[in-house]
Amino acid sequence: MFCKLKNNSIIPLMAGCATLFCLFVTGCSNKNDNSASSSKKSVIQNAGSDTVVNLAQTFAEEYAKFNPAVSVEVSGGGSGTGIAALINGTVDIANSSRQMTEEEIERTKQNTGKEPKEIIVGLDALAVYVHKGNPLEQITIEQLAEIYGEGGSIDKWSQLGIYNLSCSNDEIIRVSRQSNSGTYFYFREALLGKNHDFKLGSRDLQGSKDVVELIGRAPCAIGYSGMGYGTENVKKLKIARKTGETAYGPNIEATLNGTYPISRPLYMYTLGEPTGKIKEYLDWITSDAGQKLVETCGYVPVTQKK
Amino acid sequence: MKVSVRAKHILNRHRLEMLIEPIIEWLIRLCGVSAIIFVFSIFFFVFREGSDFLFRGFDLVEFFTSPEWYPSSVSHKRYGAFALIAGTGSVTALAMFIGVPFGLGAAIYISEFCEPRLKEAFKIIIEILAAIPSVVWGFIGLTVMNRLIIYLFDAPIGLTVLNGGIILSLMTLPVMVSISEDALRAVPDSYREAAEALGATRWQMVYKVLLPAAKNGLLAAVLLGIGRAVGETMAVLMATGHSVNIPKSPLDSVRTLTATIAAELGESPLHSDHYQALFIIGILLFFITFIINITADVIIKGIREK
Repeated sequence: MFCKLKNNSIIPLMAGCATLFCLFVTGCSNKNDNSASSSKKSVIQNAGSDTVVNLAQTFAEEYAKFNPAVSVEVSGGGSGTGIAALINGTVDIANSSRQMTEEEIERTKQNTGKEPKEIIVGLDALAVYVHKGNPLEQITIEQLAEIYGEGGSIDKWSQLGIYNLSCSNDEIIRVSRQSNSGTYFYFREALLGKNHDFKLGSRDLQGSKDVVELIGRAPCAIGYSGMGYGTENVKKLKIARKTGETAYGPNIEATLNGTYPISRPLYMYTLGEPTGKIKEYLDWITSDAGQKLVETCGYVPVTQKK
Repeated sequence: MKVSVRAKHILNRHRLEMLIEPIIEWLIRLCGVSAIIFVFSIFFFVFREGSDFLFRGFDLVEFFTSPEWYPSSVSHKRYGAFALIAGTGSVTALAMFIGVPFGLGAAIYISEFCEPRLKEAFKIIIEILAAIPSVVWGFIGLTVMNRLIIYLFDAPIGLTVLNGGIILSLMTLPVMVSISEDALRAVPDSYREAAEALGATRWQMVYKVLLPAAKNGLLAAVLLGIGRAVGETMAVLMATGHSVNIPKSPLDSVRTLTATIAAELGESPLHSDHYQALFIIGILLFFITFIINITADVIIKGIREK
């Protein structure tokens, strides 16, 4: 029931439109009701990573049942967008799928006078997806670096030692993310280290779900996205660190024991030490009730790690 | 007696009007001037945001000639917009290649061959085409056209120059049709009568008389269509695959100038180099559309003075 939205591109869009529409309709007529209810209900603003957005939305919905006096407003836009909003002081909690950089922490201090506080809410194993008709089963980090990295030499499926029947011209189509995505940053660092860039010419999509959806329709494509986004049209590859080492699939076990090479923590950031309703909310997220939702959304809960 | 009272009444009303009239006149003048103020302040704003970087060692040669757009690289930031310019250029060119024959054809049909009742219906329908929001066009490109292009051309991916070009040609049709139709209608009927009197067929009349007579207006229509195509953002962002790439065929993915701004402005920290580089793209776009619109205006003015 939870997180069912993530595999369907139209429903969230329609939901968004419906919300907007409702806002328009109720915006003028119910002004009095709104102000009355907002004085009773306190609102937590929460924005950022598109990877975390489904999870954050689920947290918000379930928390509304747990504590009806607080409503959490969640929006996406990318980790960079959320962190920028935190720096500007327009959100209470920023979701991010990467750590804040030194520069961002510095700017937060300058702008707001407070130090950002980091909380890990779950773990995400980044999956490498190919079309379901692709015979490839596993890949190494080195090969991925040759495919995605600037100056890398692999651009044909046959170079990986397979014959991709459904892809007639043998070309590897790289699907990537727009550059404000935390997933983009994380994948680049995991593959290429800090000082190298991706090859230009990848298809840069705007959302985690779009990547998987495009790969589901394109037999020549390869791409990366959160492991919770898989559909029946795509296949997740097993990944090995080096040639000759064992490859592991993106699952909870391999993520927790660290054998799966590309997994990362998902963060929430607050301005300073969280207090009051924000602290209660974050405590609830890291409790068993919250972490159970992490698992239902296809991510790995952090509490198990201890 | 009676007459003089009436005269007084009229005089009173007149005095009131004398007072109100200048106020209204000033208000109207303000409305007119405000448009000019807005245009100039927008230009000023865009220029101010980008100018700092522009005069502080921004490499214009690299900007116009290098295809390497790496604004979020950690080690080596590069701001080459050549691939983006080529992207905008190729999508616009293809849109005009498809759109101009259709647009002019439709205008000729509506103005010369269509019966009056049908004519009104056509005009209304074409205006509805202009009312479809660009994100809806983008959605059509992303879903319907994507699948269609994969199916028809056996392309590895359907988000291509062709996809964007077709979508854009449909979006520019309303502007081109209505202005071309105006231009054709502005040709005096005496021309048509003279042609018919000389025994020309309908098509000969259109081809030999009307098109040469209306050529300036038709050119202006095409130019405004180009202006619309260059500035379009959302639809091309969704339909062209968003890939920094110099296209070699209509089945390659590209990224346009406008789409780059839309996708990256949210992430770039305020007044950073990246942010300012995006505004420099904005300045470039402003110049392109400015020149196109001015040229079209000069041409249209030329017709009126004739």
